[in-house]
Amino acid sequence: MLSKKNKEILLGPISKNNPVIVQVLGICSALAVTAKLEPAFVMALSVTVVTAFANVIISMLRNTIPNSIRIIVQLVVVAALVIVVDQILKAYAYEVSKQLSVFVGLIITNCILMGRLEAFALGNGPWESFLDGIGNGLGYGLILVIVAFFRELFGSGTLFGIQVIPQFMYDFGYENNGLMILPPMALITVACVIWVHRLRNKDLQEK
Amino acid sequence: MKALRNFIDKIKPSFEAGGKLEMFHSVFEGVETFLFVPNTTSRSGVHIHDNIDSKRAISMVILALIPALLFGMYNVGYQHYLAIGQDAGFVMTFLFGLLAVLPKIVVAYVVGLGIEFTVAQMRGHEIQEGFLVTGMLIPMIVPVDTPLWMIAVATAFAVIFAKEVFGGTGMNIFNVALVTRAVLFFSYPGKMSGDNVFVRTSDTFGIGAGSAVEGYSGATPLGQVAVNTGDVLNMTNIVGEPVSLWDSFVGLIPGSIGETSTLAILIGAAILLYTKIASWRIMLSVFVGGIVMGYICNFFATPAIPGTMLSPWEQICLGGFAFAAVFMATDPVTGSRTETGQYIYGFLIGVIAIIIRVYNSGYPEGAMLAVLLMNVFAPLIDYFVVEANMKRRRKRAKINA
Repeated sequence: MLSKKNKEILLGPISKNNPVIVQVLGICSALAVTAKLEPAFVMALSVTVVTAFANVIISMLRNTIPNSIRIIVQLVVVAALVIVVDQILKAYAYEVSKQLSVFVGLIITNCILMGRLEAFALGNGPWESFLDGIGNGLGYGLILVIVAFFRELFGSGTLFGIQVIPQFMYDFGYENNGLMILPPMALITVACVIWVHRLRNKDLQEK
Repeated sequence: MKALRNFIDKIKPSFEAGGKLEMFHSVFEGVETFLFVPNTTSRSGVHIHDNIDSKRAISMVILALIPALLFGMYNVGYQHYLAIGQDAGFVMTFLFGLLAVLPKIVVAYVVGLGIEFTVAQMRGHEIQEGFLVTGMLIPMIVPVDTPLWMIAVATAFAVIFAKEVFGGTGMNIFNVALVTRAVLFFSYPGKMSGDNVFVRTSDTFGIGAGSAVEGYSGATPLGQVAVNTGDVLNMTNIVGEPVSLWDSFVGLIPGSIGETSTLAILIGAAILLYTKIASWRIMLSVFVGGIVMGYICNFFATPAIPGTMLSPWEQICLGGFAFAAVFMATDPVTGSRTETGQYIYGFLIGVIAIIIRVYNSGYPEGAMLAVLLMNVFAPLIDYFVVEANMKRRRKRAKINA
């Protein structure tokens, strides 16, 4: 089940081939939903599920899809899955789904999804495609959670909505950094993650 | 001077390659070239230039900042003793301000230079001197009650992300001091604007302190304008006396430390222009832009937008406008470099500063944002000025041929 190649497919996107910090895809939602950990976490989960199952479905259909309309077919599959995810969120996690608002619907336009379908699912079997979808979803989610962790910690002093910076710090004059909750800091935090990642992986550094 | 030179020559070998303190060689080199003009000559390109290298130019800018800084210190003390209803005499007033401002200068320098020295040492560069001015500007553009750790955080952020990642001194797109202020402003709005930060009512190292007098309000004139209601514009100082144009020109009004006195800033401007360090084109056109836009706003004066009721002269005397025009817009790294470009660049800074100030009640002061915005456009302006020039000359060449 998990041969060496499949392991590479699953774990590659988490670091060396990360969709956000190496391929720089899916930046939009990484900026928009990372002000708090909870929505970032739910978003990461949603994208992972949608990517994995869209990959599986397209992979199973890959020999029957006419080449000229393959994008439309992919969009229909992704859209259907996104609607399912959206409805489930509305039913079971209404507060979070309100925070995520339009960005759940916008998973459909997430570059990572179309990229994986085009580049991987159309040429590989369902099991590999499933692993690839999970891997890329987790790679994307990992960055989202890292960024959201720092933004929520310094921007609101909380993690998952629980106060973690103790009250005596505020009594000493500490204040939450309002800039961290604004979109520009998401970009700079992602840049810092990329910075650290490139420092640790010399082979990824551009000349 | 001679003794200093001899001392430096004596300790020099231990900093050179192979010496005991080689790891600090860039620190040593930075100090040495700051104290004495280096006797190296250029090996390529322009061979004739005057003795004003960038370290000398920067010393002149610091000198030009001194009047505004000293006045700012006095004003901090003046506002404090006015607020608590005491008369402490000139010396105590100044001492209060000095002790309130000095820690900010120290923090800005230690954090900023610490990062610069570390980066220079890591990359093996020689130390660039740009931060000497930035570190002096930062304490002058913040309110007196800004906590020191906030200044440290914002300075570190600005030096790393607005300067070092672009390649250090001379490569930055944005004015580093203004990025520091912008970071402070958006991170900690409660400490950077409002009624409680521009006048210190508590003590400074045990000096001063008392309870504020009755009727005290720490709002700056522009802060009051933003929330003014009715047909008449009411601007008062912190104890309720009206503020005249002369008051705001001299600068005994609440505001960021170095920005209140247009008079002291103009003395600095005179120094910069006399020594030809700053561009008079930018300086002049910022003021022209501000006055023109001030007249336009004033022409459409309406009580619904209280900022429009300010006269153009009040517009350029209040807030940080004059400071931005003289010390921020003229930054040679982030401003336009072509002569025509400098007129356009400066004029638009003046216009945008007044537009933001008047029509956006969320930001009572727009000079900071105007300069940062135009920093982005400076290369574009230069590009089109150069293109236009090339086009004109090409045309001329064709006609003659």
